[in-house]
Amino acid sequence: MLAFVVRRLLQSIIVMFAVGLIAFLLFRYVGDPVNQMVGIETTPAEREALRERLGLNDHIIVQFWRFISSAAQFDFGTSYQFKQPVAGMILDRLPATLELSIMSALFALFVGVPMGVYTGLNRQSWLSKVFLAVSLIGISLPTFLIGILLIFVFAVQLQVLPSFGRGETVEVLGWSTGLLTISGLKALILPSITLGLFQMTLIMRLVRSEMLEVLRTDYIKFARARGLKASAINFGHALKNTLVPVITITGLQLGSVIAFAIITETVFQWPGMGLLFLQSVQEVDIPIMAAYLLLIAFLFVVINLIVDLLYVTVDPRIRIDTSQKM
Amino acid sequence: MTTPTQPSSNTPQAPLAGPTPGAPHVPPSGPAREPGIIARALDSDIWYSFTRSPLTMVAAFVTFAFFAVALLAPVIAPQNPFDLASLDLLDSLNPPVWTADGSWRFVLGTDDQGRDMLSAIMFGSRISLAVGFASVAFAAVLGIALGLLSGYAGGSIDSVIMRIADVQLTFPAILIALLIDGTVSGLLPDVQREQSAFWVLVVSIGLSFWVQYARTVRSSVLVEKNKEYVQAARLIGLSSLTIMIRHVLPNVLGPVLVIATINLALAVITEATLSFLGVGIPPTQPSLGTLIRIGNNFLFSGEWWITIFPGLALAVLVLSVNLLGDWLRDALNPKLR
Repeated sequence: MLAFVVRRLLQSIIVMFAVGLIAFLLFRYVGDPVNQMVGIETTPAEREALRERLGLNDHIIVQFWRFISSAAQFDFGTSYQFKQPVAGMILDRLPATLELSIMSALFALFVGVPMGVYTGLNRQSWLSKVFLAVSLIGISLPTFLIGILLIFVFAVQLQVLPSFGRGETVEVLGWSTGLLTISGLKALILPSITLGLFQMTLIMRLVRSEMLEVLRTDYIKFARARGLKASAINFGHALKNTLVPVITITGLQLGSVIAFAIITETVFQWPGMGLLFLQSVQEVDIPIMAAYLLLIAFLFVVINLIVDLLYVTVDPRIRIDTSQKM
Repeated sequence: MTTPTQPSSNTPQAPLAGPTPGAPHVPPSGPAREPGIIARALDSDIWYSFTRSPLTMVAAFVTFAFFAVALLAPVIAPQNPFDLASLDLLDSLNPPVWTADGSWRFVLGTDDQGRDMLSAIMFGSRISLAVGFASVAFAAVLGIALGLLSGYAGGSIDSVIMRIADVQLTFPAILIALLIDGTVSGLLPDVQREQSAFWVLVVSIGLSFWVQYARTVRSSVLVEKNKEYVQAARLIGLSSLTIMIRHVLPNVLGPVLVIATINLALAVITEATLSFLGVGIPPTQPSLGTLIRIGNNFLFSGEWWITIFPGLALAVLVLSVNLLGDWLRDALNPKLR
């Protein structure tokens, strides 16, 4: 067990190191950092002085080490576009993205699981077929198109929900939240549905197939033979056993939710990290791109690590498998 | 579509296997005796399962209609939306034909520059599908090559390739494509950026999709390479490269076809998303995603058709290709039958 944890940890560090190297190469070689910082009228001598001051003349290994160690201290340099420290800009926008991601994950979970249970239990009913058809559309349609269609129906035609921004936000302990105002909550609805729809269909299909599988097992037959009520069997015995993979998938998907937030945030002009990243890609603002890349990679690595470790603790079969792998 | 290797092997070769003892000997009298490729295809399991599924038939029809329209767009489109001389600003922002101000000249209305939306969608599908096919081909060639190498060579080459694949698989493809696209565009000077947008997009989508092919091919190769025909080929002194390409490759292509079909839909979605985000195809030669991006600016001023029609076209295209891919996966998988 300990060997597995250590190996997994080592793997994560290697991944972070590789991503760090990519981010560094981006930072150092895509465009000249000095040219981005100074105006046209700066003399070559001044440029050279700046270059020396930034340490760009040092050995490449030294530069890489400096980049990594300052990134570890959450210092990602200054944005070319906004002339502000990148770390502060990302921190300012973190609450918006996290609130959106968590709300959409909750939406996916609390709508997807009941739909999955229903379609698993009533395979032939017409409502199940409607749910499955909706899920096929949810999987097929690109996120941005779903967002546009929702805006078209609810914001343009019906005019009941806002189409962009976060509404009013309140400052709570330095965290600007939209969860405490009516307009903030209303503004969350459409983006959360847009972002969560794909995960919802995924969860629904997963719960459905797991339910179908579990309902065939012997212990369910035995529970029926004991004369337990259908609801006790379905929810007490069957559903409980489907939830382990559902929780794993939801956990693993949290990373993709944050990545896909880039698209949703663009459609709804949601002032989060994703929108910032996209603007930086369009303007080739490398410090922001590098910082976002490192941050997302860190999130993914941590989530994967936690899920893997949880898996091993929950399911003893994997422990045996992994000791033979690699 | 020809029948892939797996299922056709157990189908109609029986009459050709030779005359059974006792049966009247029929001399092979020219092409009439041998079932042609079409007859064989019609007799296969794949075709049977195709005719059993009306939804698949509709999906196939829609998909091939899109392909045909995309190919023939310059011939059948009512207008060439890239030809600035044929555009008239007086025609701008016409609504579709069934609304009060619509006319038959522009069935789906026009955009702010007087472009006919129907023609724009035809040309847009052409570009979207071109990017889709090119990036799937790129990803498939790269993935198959690396998968073959990984599976056949084994050892440290194998573990390096598979570790890279593992790492890449932890990140969503669209994020990788966005990053590659953004970086490459950053490296190119402004003038070239617009001209090379197509190829930049193809490479970035291709690079974000290769892992699946590599993994599938590798696992098939691991099974195939211990079979007798490979040993026989090695015994008669063929080089590793020849064995890999001429003998192993044809036997691992079945699953690749399924992945490629499903990936085509994904690639079209990725292209549309990147173009919508403004880092894909530029507005001078709009793809479906670019059209939706342009139209999105008019959604609130009431000109909904500029964005909704390209959106619907994209949705229908992706949905049909997905349905076709799902069916192909089930039809080629003997376990599910």
